[in-house]
Amino acid sequence: MKLDIKALGDLLIGDAQADRVVPPTGFTAWLTLFSAGAMAFLAVFALALSLATGRLAERWGDELARTATVRISAPEAQMAAQTAAALRVLETTTGVARARALDDAEQAALLEPWFGPDLPIDQLPVPRLIEVIETADGVDAEGLRLRLQAEVPGAVLDDHTRWRAPLVRAADRLRLLGWLSLILIGGATAAMITLAANAALAANAQVIQVLRLVGARDSYIARAFVRRFTLRALGGAAIGMVLGCLAILALPSADAAGGFLTGLGFQGWHWLWPPLVPVLAALVAFFATRAAARKTLEEMP
Amino acid sequence: MRIEGQPVIELEDVAYNYGGGELLSEVSLSLSPGSFHFLTGPSGAGKTTLLKLCYGALVPTSGQLRLFGQDRREMGRDDIATVRRRVGVVHQDCQFLDHLSVEDNIALPLSVSGRDLLAEGANLKELIGWVGLRERAKARPPELSGGERQRAALARAVIMSPDVILADEPTGNVDWEMSQRLLRLLIELNLMGKTILIATHDLALIRAAKAHVQARVLRIAARRLQLAGADL
Repeated sequence: MKLDIKALGDLLIGDAQADRVVPPTGFTAWLTLFSAGAMAFLAVFALALSLATGRLAERWGDELARTATVRISAPEAQMAAQTAAALRVLETTTGVARARALDDAEQAALLEPWFGPDLPIDQLPVPRLIEVIETADGVDAEGLRLRLQAEVPGAVLDDHTRWRAPLVRAADRLRLLGWLSLILIGGATAAMITLAANAALAANAQVIQVLRLVGARDSYIARAFVRRFTLRALGGAAIGMVLGCLAILALPSADAAGGFLTGLGFQGWHWLWPPLVPVLAALVAFFATRAAARKTLEEMP
Repeated sequence: MRIEGQPVIELEDVAYNYGGGELLSEVSLSLSPGSFHFLTGPSGAGKTTLLKLCYGALVPTSGQLRLFGQDRREMGRDDIATVRRRVGVVHQDCQFLDHLSVEDNIALPLSVSGRDLLAEGANLKELIGWVGLRERAKARPPELSGGERQRAALARAVIMSPDVILADEPTGNVDWEMSQRLLRLLIELNLMGKTILIATHDLALIRAAKAHVQARVLRIAARRLQLAGADL
């Protein structure tokens, strides 16, 4: 590990003369730049997906776990009375922090994605919804159900368990998929850079022969290739990362569309993650190229 | 020239096989500090192979090879790199990095050994002048003539002030005048105390050298190394 840190230090300091011994052009330069850029672009999306689904899973897991809804389905004439009765029951129930009935405008807003903005809600037999916020200890859902059944015949308690659990599971899986994608992107980047490094080493066999002839140690030769590929990967990944972030910023905002997918992106300190992508790409390139160079130089006569 | 001291390169009963055939057999050679040797023999006799053994590029199939007192078989890659900093090699095809200037190619041994090029700048310029390439220092190797390439290769071989200089057909691609110029440079180096081994089939070159230095002429024939006859 000490040696790795020293090697990384040497890489950062650089050696202008050593950098020039490897011919500057070639398709491997573009291959490395392009693959690092493309992979960084995809990595930003995978990262955004992981973080967004993480936030969703957290919200569905924690916040919604402390909420419930009471639905009152009653004839128009009894609706107000049954709502008031349900609120009274809720006020005296242990574990309920607060409860309030949604007004017509809030209910219309909930139905708007399905029926549009001009829904005449007052002319439709829409059930009244009561939002229940629980304390940290939570509510005994079965007990509350029995009380409501006895005192408010039109009330149905929904503690969100039925739909929340599969959604949390789905969000967790998506988050896992995001992280798995990042690992695969890292692996693919390493594979591509290794191939490019191998191609460059093979194409420069004559250069290596000359360097050895004049007394270059294999570590010197490897360093010249490793530094070049690491810097190319860093540059390509930085471009890919910036483009990925711009693409994320260009997505429709969550407020405007309100859907799950449009919530894809970074919030707050999560914006610190994307700049790590080029650094990780450079580290992957450093270790991949070093391993390739050592192996190739070992095999060369 | 008087030959003294421990041999810098020593082969003892060395054989080298390649592709199932024996290229060299029972070769014994001792290069003392400051000695001057010519290696002759027909094309394909194994002159280049022997030179490669002398700078550690090949490992003998059998026998003992010692480079600066170290057994070649016990040397790792880094040891070989260290040896190459003490042995300057001039190939017939010169072997340059074509994307670098002549000056940078000549300075290559300095940069690979981590020497400060700025501090060595004056020596580098002096050396480039010594081989007569001051005007061509910024040119790329493919732009040079055969003689200029050989002189640049010689400058690169001596920039580290090596103990030994091995030259493989250094006059193979140049005219008589240029070959004499190269020979004079090699004789100058020998007079500075460098050990010289030149593989060549140019007998006129050998005769010209013998007029100035005490050179030992070796011949490879039938895979074996022997002293050449008195006619040389």
